[in-house]
Amino acid sequence: MAEKGTWTVKAGLAEMLKGGVIMDVTTPEQAKIAEDAGACAVMALERVPADIRAAGGVARMADPTVIKAIMDAVTIPVMAKVRIGHFVEAQILEQLGVDYIDESEVLTPADEQHHIDKHAFKVPFVCGARNLGEALRRIGEGAAMIRTKGEPGTGNVVEAVRHMRMVMGEIRRIQNLPREELMAAAKEMGAPYDLVVRVAELGRLPVVNFAAGGIATPADAALMMQLGCDGIFVGSGIFKSKNPAARAKAIVAATTHYNDPQILAEVSKGLGEAMPGLEIAAISPEHRMQDRGW
Amino acid sequence: MLIGVLALQGAFREHEYMIRACGDIETRQIRLPGQLEGIDGLIIPGGESTTMGKLMADYGFLDPIRERAGQGLPVFGTCAGLIMLARDINGSNQPRIGLMDMLVERNAFGRQVDSFEDDIEVPCLGAEPFRAVFIRAPYIMKVGAGVEVLAEYGGRIVAAREGRLLAAAFHPELTSDKRMHEYFLNIVKIAS
Repeated sequence: MAEKGTWTVKAGLAEMLKGGVIMDVTTPEQAKIAEDAGACAVMALERVPADIRAAGGVARMADPTVIKAIMDAVTIPVMAKVRIGHFVEAQILEQLGVDYIDESEVLTPADEQHHIDKHAFKVPFVCGARNLGEALRRIGEGAAMIRTKGEPGTGNVVEAVRHMRMVMGEIRRIQNLPREELMAAAKEMGAPYDLVVRVAELGRLPVVNFAAGGIATPADAALMMQLGCDGIFVGSGIFKSKNPAARAKAIVAATTHYNDPQILAEVSKGLGEAMPGLEIAAISPEHRMQDRGW
Repeated sequence: MLIGVLALQGAFREHEYMIRACGDIETRQIRLPGQLEGIDGLIIPGGESTTMGKLMADYGFLDPIRERAGQGLPVFGTCAGLIMLARDINGSNQPRIGLMDMLVERNAFGRQVDSFEDDIEVPCLGAEPFRAVFIRAPYIMKVGAGVEVLAEYGGRIVAAREGRLLAAAFHPELTSDKRMHEYFLNIVKIAS
């Protein structure tokens, strides 16, 4: 009998996105530009993170009309965001037929203690993480894909780098631990023991791991790929720049050819101005999105 | 033996694991046409067919692969790879290699929430059923006279072969069943 929504099918779609770029879009026109530039999926939003940051107030799931219009405009998979812990927003997105749900710190959390039980859904979820313990807690809850949190809407890659280095470093560390030390490591990280054992055996996360939060240039994308991620999310970086179509295409090429400096030099030329960036130190602690999630 | 795996985007890593699990065989990730040189077989993995078709055209892969396949290079396409191999894609003019005489339908089983796995019969792999994983999968609506149907699911063609070209709508690389890859490696062995 056909089984829908199995773990293989959920984690499998993320494998199909690997090596690709997922772009934030707010209109069907932007979605077409992203698809034509070679995006492997789009994230349907009402506002990109930079605008959410500027607007303040409570950020929620996008209007289903916006999401539906974007789903109708492209053939690549469409993702959409729900607030942390808001399982009813997730039920609505599943009903709409979106291909992936991002339980995202970019929106205002709906629950300050618990994330969504993602095993309860047929639609797969991606979640943000700053370190290995956080990544494994999300996978334990059913996330079939992980991304760094970075600091969304800043055009500043420093936090994504910090989070990717942290996750990769912790993976290397537990790979070298004797088996009897893995339980203490699990306790210390607040991570499910069986997943810690699995990571120690595999030498990587058991799901695809993308970079997100502050990526604005082809060089940023290639940097994250060389640090060991499997693909790239670009939020505000494309449609907040001067020439979105050219920049989108260049970031796709840089993600595929991340180890080829000649191609990276070529695609970095003449892209016009990138999005204006934000110093992380200039953001007050209560406005740091990466600290949302538990 | 050296098997190239097109690594523009998609499940290339899983195909490499699978091929290496089949024996002492080398793999190469292929991101530029020059890297096709010296391979004995090529795998086009699953991924997003729209994206992959675009990138293959942009990086100049279509003619070199057609040429190598014309000289007898075995090619195995799964999911998006199957779409890239098909001559006709229903309702689409996207770039493709287009070497297999068949008409395919993209996203034919629905969106991601309809993606599924099931046991299917693949007679050329033996009597034991094959666990087939369908992710936003295509299927083959029609094949030409020279194309051998290898598997059907609910009356729809989901695997086919034309000479040294092999195509599956599902993802054998996401399972631990090596038979489909062994079947392809056997085509490569006979060819070289």
